[in-house]
Amino acid sequence: MSHDEVIKVEGLTKMFGDFAAVNAISFEVKKGEIFGFLGANGAGKTTAMKMLIGISHPSSGRATVAGFDVYTQAEDIKKNIGYMSQKFALYDDLTVKENINFFGGIYGLTRKRIKEKSEALIQELGLENVANQLVGALPLGWKQKLSFSVSLFHDPKIVFLDEPTGGVDPITRRQFWEMIYKAAHQGTTIFVTTHYMDEAEYCDRVSIMVNGKIEALDTPKKLKEQFQAESMNDVFLKLARG
Amino acid sequence: MKRFIGFIKKEFYHIFRDRRSLFILFGMPIAQILLFGFAITNEINNVDIAILNTSKDTTTEEIINRIAASKYFSIKQMVTREADIASVFEKGNVKAVLNFERNFSKNLIKENKATIQIITDATDPNTANTITNYVNAILQHYQKELNKDVHVAYQIIPQTRMVYNPELKSVYMFVPGVMTIILMLVSAMMTSISITREKELGTMEILLVSPLKPFQVIIGKVIPYIFLSIINAIVIVMLSIFILNMPIQGSLLLLGLESVLFIITSLALGILISTISATQQTAMMISLMGLMLPVILLSGFIFPISSMPMPLQILSNIIPAKWFIIILKAIMLKGVGLEFIWKETLILLGMTVFFIALSVKKYKIRLE
Repeated sequence: MSHDEVIKVEGLTKMFGDFAAVNAISFEVKKGEIFGFLGANGAGKTTAMKMLIGISHPSSGRATVAGFDVYTQAEDIKKNIGYMSQKFALYDDLTVKENINFFGGIYGLTRKRIKEKSEALIQELGLENVANQLVGALPLGWKQKLSFSVSLFHDPKIVFLDEPTGGVDPITRRQFWEMIYKAAHQGTTIFVTTHYMDEAEYCDRVSIMVNGKIEALDTPKKLKEQFQAESMNDVFLKLARG
Repeated sequence: MKRFIGFIKKEFYHIFRDRRSLFILFGMPIAQILLFGFAITNEINNVDIAILNTSKDTTTEEIINRIAASKYFSIKQMVTREADIASVFEKGNVKAVLNFERNFSKNLIKENKATIQIITDATDPNTANTITNYVNAILQHYQKELNKDVHVAYQIIPQTRMVYNPELKSVYMFVPGVMTIILMLVSAMMTSISITREKELGTMEILLVSPLKPFQVIIGKVIPYIFLSIINAIVIVMLSIFILNMPIQGSLLLLGLESVLFIITSLALGILISTISATQQTAMMISLMGLMLPVILLSGFIFPISSMPMPLQILSNIIPAKWFIIILKAIMLKGVGLEFIWKETLILLGMTVFFIALSVKKYKIRLE
């Protein structure tokens, strides 16, 4: 095994009573990879992701994230990952700058560093005119971009995106994926869950979860060959229907 | 530590940018204290009273003169027989009857003490109480003058009797009661709402994924409310002293410490509520129904506990506010020290520890 693998999962399981929400899944994610984590609602992707980001304890199995063990080194994992939820969670009653300062602050960045980075970021996102406005007044697409940038603000090794494109229009989604590519190009590993099968095509590799198990894992191209499907959508439907 | 300060700063932004919460925080205590205060401490002026003076000596005459001279009372009639007192009240002409014992002067000189009975119509308990206090003040003043050039102290002993409503227990409860309600509301409701807001917005998840530890998140959310609650307690006490002229008999330090304890109890309750509710609305409903109603109905704030049916009396014991009201009343009105209220303090402390332990446990379960 090379040292390139930033996420290693082996037989990871989460039981809720007798029900295996995540049933012995195994996979690896390489540095700088865009890893798509697909599955229908209730397939167990969110539960699996929660174990990887250190807010849920696995029932059994092994996993390391950024080289740290999910059982014993959750605190180290947290310092090395970024997370963006489907709610684009930012504080609506804080301004753009205050949000950036706050999230930079809880990751322990120095005031000077936050100042430099936030100026660059605001410029990059073209938010100069609204930097001192409350986030609540921003359009959804801007919030989404800001939320993603905030999750990358402390230069994490891996960023986890939980259905990051819910509710935004196709153009904004496209722009958002450009941001993802850029981050991946700079060496950040992207772990993304999504419902949109066209987005699955943008990923380097894709895993598809069905009923708590990973039923398929490969590049979109190979998956389409394997299932003799036209698109990822067909692959997904074939798998999900069993 | 720096992370933590940033967190608290953010919390203050939330509070100061939300007009509703600002109003609840600062408008309500002032409005409530003034409302309750002026509904209860309406100054008495020219209250009609009757006097039964069977002694008819110089001392009683002098006391009657003083009472008549004060702007608070006007003597409506003189009663001649004790048996007539009831009918005087029944006619509703007077609010109080002063009854000097027989041989008032003689007793005062011979035995150094004499008794005067103050009988008040307590259908209006607030007025009854005020009347008693004013008469007492006049008597005490007179007694002091009397004793100035005498070696043996004369004692005029006022005997108070309230007719029609002898249970006056709720009267002075209002400041302790309002203070309790406000501290409870600010601490428990506001904290539970602000924590559930983070859950609703999804920011709680982000905070839990960040290097901040869960307890830091909770403490960070709670500290601003401790701070604001303390300010509120101070405002309420100041209003009571300076606007309502309510003297605080006991130690202000003890009052402060007990208040901080109760604030922490309420915050622990607030955290507990936030662990069991998913939305702000639920948190608010639980706070209102689960905390405010029992505080108002069962803590002895409005309805005296001693006149409740037994099951409710027992139930009232599990309400932290009841114990805090007892403590406040003891410090504010009776002026006693910790030696008299250590039991209540311990109960409150025990409850606090219990609620904190329970919410830590619940919080952990939720994290699983």
